[in-house]
Amino acid sequence: MADKIRVATASLCGCFGCHMSLLDIDERILELVQLVEFDRTPLTDIKTVGDCDIGIIEGGVANAENVEVLREFRKHCKVLVALGACAVNGGIPAMRNSFELRECLEEAYIEGIGVANPQIPSDPEIPMLLNKVHPIHEVVKVDHFLPGCPPSGDTIWTFLTELIEGKPIGFPYEQIHYD
Amino acid sequence: MSSKNTFMLDGVAIEFSEGDTIMDAALRSGSYIPHLCHNPEFRPHGSCRVCVVNINGRQVSSCTQPASAGLEVDNSSEDLVQERRNLLQMLFVEGNHVCPGCEKSGACQLQAVAYYTGMLSPQYTHFFPQRSVDASHPDTAIDFNRCILCELCVRASRDVDHKDVFSISGRGIGSHLVVNSPSGKLGDSAFAATDKAAHVCPVGAILPKHRGYEQPIGSRLYDRSPISIVGDVAAHESDDQGDTHGR
Repeated sequence: MADKIRVATASLCGCFGCHMSLLDIDERILELVQLVEFDRTPLTDIKTVGDCDIGIIEGGVANAENVEVLREFRKHCKVLVALGACAVNGGIPAMRNSFELRECLEEAYIEGIGVANPQIPSDPEIPMLLNKVHPIHEVVKVDHFLPGCPPSGDTIWTFLTELIEGKPIGFPYEQIHYD
Repeated sequence: MSSKNTFMLDGVAIEFSEGDTIMDAALRSGSYIPHLCHNPEFRPHGSCRVCVVNINGRQVSSCTQPASAGLEVDNSSEDLVQERRNLLQMLFVEGNHVCPGCEKSGACQLQAVAYYTGMLSPQYTHFFPQRSVDASHPDTAIDFNRCILCELCVRASRDVDHKDVFSISGRGIGSHLVVNSPSGKLGDSAFAATDKAAHVCPVGAILPKHRGYEQPIGSRLYDRSPISIVGDVAAHESDDQGDTHGR
């Protein structure tokens, strides 16, 4: 199995919708696993990323752990792909960039309706939030971008098959949308 | 028409009349030149630069360049498409364009032109500017996060509505849309939802209230076909103005 293409995926500050969309390739996943072997990904539950051919990142960069995971992926993956609106431009989580981080935390944990024992969480196990949410290309070099919230299963399939077959990356009109 | 009154657009002969710009003639012939700040109902503005074309090695905005006989106009070389893509990427990072959370998505000209040029990502560093939303008017909201400074609302309010509700204030990167009212709020201005200015915004900056997300995904203006076939947002806006009036 050494000649199979190794693929790792991770969800940073995203909603896992892009991973659900990956599963939306339906039975074509049987074709895919003939060609690829999954390394670290929520699908295998492997926790550390090894040397891979393709790394796929869902979600933007919102906290210190996101930065660490993203840099690990860049170090270990020959080709890094931004999958979905959040990875591409920060997406919905980046809407918090219009506010101070403290305002966001206070709104959720102090002022929030029905909050009991209001306090801003500060457990050392919780990754520190960044002041702003960033698209992943602002932290590491990204080789390919797949927009969409989420990109459709067909878009992901088109991309993966073209990439694996070494063809130029191109999409039918309906497969590219920013929402 | 005599052969004197034609120019070549990507090798295709385009007829024009005296006083036409390259854009005028191209639009009439059904040839698409990407554009954002241009709307044939208004005086050309030439500010978004997306309609840039090459003529004899010189770059000009086709919405302001007078057509003349025998011109060889390049509208589709890879360099030109890349340049337009870069302009669009800059527009995307200068504002806050959160397509998944915007009612205009799917019927947005900024999106549609970006799709047409093959933009997959803004790729530059995002500014994430601090901008506001003005929901003071009962029928229309302004989300300044999405304004691309095309000045179509400025032109419509000044030249058609004769109300001068909108203007651009500031210089350079500080340029921004302002509302002509004592409070600066739309609700205190002379603006009405029936104004021309309410129906020319190419993006989701000026939006009618009470009717968001009416078209399901898959049947929105640009879901199935590119803008080169569908045409501008404003051309379709006038189709459904009646809906807006009734609400």
